[in-house]
Amino acid sequence: MTAEAQTPVVRRQRSVPRAGWMVVARKEFADHLLSARFTVLLIVLGLAAAIPLYFAADAIRSVASQVSGGQAIFIALFWLAPQVGGDQVTLPSASSFLAYVAPLLGLAFSFDAVNGERSEGTLPRLLSQPIHRDDVINGKFAAGLAIIGLVLVAVVAIISAFGLLRLGLVPAPSELLRIMLWVLLTFVYVAFWLAFGMLLSVLVRRAATSALIGFGAWLLLTFFGGLITSLIGGFLAPLTGSNEEILRNVGFQQTISRLLPDTLYREASLVLLNPQVTDVSTPATVGAYQQAQERIPSLLSLDQSFILVWPQVVALVALTVACFAIAYVRFMRQEVRA
Amino acid sequence: MTSTPRLSPKRKIAPRRGTAEATRPPIDASGESVPIRTRGLTKRYGDLVAVDGLDLEVRAGEIFGLLGQNGAGKTTTILMLLGLTEPSGGEARVVGLDPARNPLEVKRRVGYMPDSVGFYTDLTGRENLRYTARLNRILAADAETTIDEVLEQVGLTERADDLVDTYSRGMLQRLGIADALVKDPDILILDEPTTAIDPLGVVEILDLIRNLADERGLAVLLSSHLLDQAQLICDRVGIFHRGKLVGHGTVPELAKRYGFGTNRLEIVVDPAADEQSVRAVLDSIDGVGSVDRGIQGVIDPGEAVAEARGGKPDGQSDSAKTAEALGALKASWIVSVDPAREHEVARAIVDRLVANGIGVEHFSRLTASLQQIYRVAVERTGADTAGHVA
Repeated sequence: MTAEAQTPVVRRQRSVPRAGWMVVARKEFADHLLSARFTVLLIVLGLAAAIPLYFAADAIRSVASQVSGGQAIFIALFWLAPQVGGDQVTLPSASSFLAYVAPLLGLAFSFDAVNGERSEGTLPRLLSQPIHRDDVINGKFAAGLAIIGLVLVAVVAIISAFGLLRLGLVPAPSELLRIMLWVLLTFVYVAFWLAFGMLLSVLVRRAATSALIGFGAWLLLTFFGGLITSLIGGFLAPLTGSNEEILRNVGFQQTISRLLPDTLYREASLVLLNPQVTDVSTPATVGAYQQAQERIPSLLSLDQSFILVWPQVVALVALTVACFAIAYVRFMRQEVRA
Repeated sequence: MTSTPRLSPKRKIAPRRGTAEATRPPIDASGESVPIRTRGLTKRYGDLVAVDGLDLEVRAGEIFGLLGQNGAGKTTTILMLLGLTEPSGGEARVVGLDPARNPLEVKRRVGYMPDSVGFYTDLTGRENLRYTARLNRILAADAETTIDEVLEQVGLTERADDLVDTYSRGMLQRLGIADALVKDPDILILDEPTTAIDPLGVVEILDLIRNLADERGLAVLLSSHLLDQAQLICDRVGIFHRGKLVGHGTVPELAKRYGFGTNRLEIVVDPAADEQSVRAVLDSIDGVGSVDRGIQGVIDPGEAVAEARGGKPDGQSDSAKTAEALGALKASWIVSVDPAREHEVARAIVDRLVANGIGVEHFSRLTASLQQIYRVAVERTGADTAGHVA
């Protein structure tokens, strides 16, 4: 203590307190940006969008000249499922391709968020710094959101730029708005997978295991989910009997399939991108069905489309919040030691 | 102690309810002279009592060694001191603050190096320290000078801009100490700072810690299960067994308490002297008990001796390695004497050796090794703690 008294130590000024989570988020964001997975995902997503886009552009070019006063041609780039090889093969649309791949984007940036720190032995050191414990998980989630936002905007910007060049079409303001809303929707969907990955990284000790579980869940929900729900639906409510019964059972099967986040996203995505889609559910009665058949095809305005998918959007947001909340609570209660 | 009091708002903390706490002397908020103080600190995990009624004091400028086997509750204690785990009972004051209630301020002033410390391997050493500085909200310009300083101090300046991936275990450990120093702490808490390091690295790290305590006036709390290393640098030690502090004080104090040290003598004779005749002389003296061989400066005889002299290259004994590292390799005799007649017998030994033409190079009373003290301390309390841990 005498040493200290003799050489007065000038206490350092601390900077204007920046919240702990922002420091964590900044570091994580920089890590993500420089990581290999960022590059890989950008390429994978870019390709997933570019292939259908290329063919869709051709299809649009061939019909565009016949359409008069078309208000939503540009945006068809995103939702049109192009036919290739003499109408033999139908490729999924760009948005559909993205729906397959987007969950990977969320998982990749979060599956090792917490357990990675644990296995590297950096968690105790991080938590012994003057930050709150939730700063760690909040910062990591925020960084994940920022990075997926960046990737999505980049991919959509590339698609749009390509469309501008190849089609020579300028999107109408309403189309631009639709695209932005759709990006926002996709962002929420990816955020759900990000939160899910975060949850896994808190619950599962090893990063490799949580990656496997995450990718398993992705395969199951995205590729086999529809199959499984239609099996269950077909078993519980087979499409037989009178027309009324069939319609009711179709409605039931739809309800079951909406338990999947994938279905929610696809429905909302379709409605937001394509103003011609006026309904996401099959009509509940024969009368309504006939009415729907006889309706004059029209384009929905943006707010009408949005109202149509509001429940899906809310459900996705709720799923995201639920996943993150569980991850948050579990993380706060975990012992610092492994 | 410190030139500028950094202890921000000293909150008076209401004493907790409960008779046990009420009868204890209250802990005041002036933590400056005794930066770490605990009273009856307890941590239970279900039925398991990890830390049981710990009373501890660590003063500024001293190195306190928390010693015990793995699982004795050392790390749990440290986590409670940092506010990373809530105590089940009792209280702690770190720089006058309750870590359970004011963890941020405590963590701002305590540098901590965890057991088997880890760093982000895809960043350089300097970048890792920069992150710590940011988390401590140190201005960027200040941070750079501080980081240069601490890197210099731990001798990592040249490797600072290499990826942590390329560091050896010893370098990681030194980076860990640098990391703990970045925030300019008042207290340094080091959990097993020397595990998994080669003997020479151990000496370097121990020197570094000693210098930090002396030069910066830091209070250092280190935990270890390597007793002879602790003996080398700790001013005081606490022996921890099954969550209880079974003894604490300086090593000589403990030695006295556990019945060692007053009755053993260390003698180094002329190396030319014949071993048999020396033994014969020593054995013939009235009042001499056992006669053993040892190494001067290395207090624990036994395997250490055999290994050091027999030169088993794969020897696991840390004392032998440490002895080699310190360059103290003189064979000695260790003689136990009747405590009541110690002076008389000591004189007799010197007289008789000299009379027999054997030169005496060194003669001293021996302090017991921590290893021996530890064994006795643990055995003595073994009876009352046997059924303690579920």
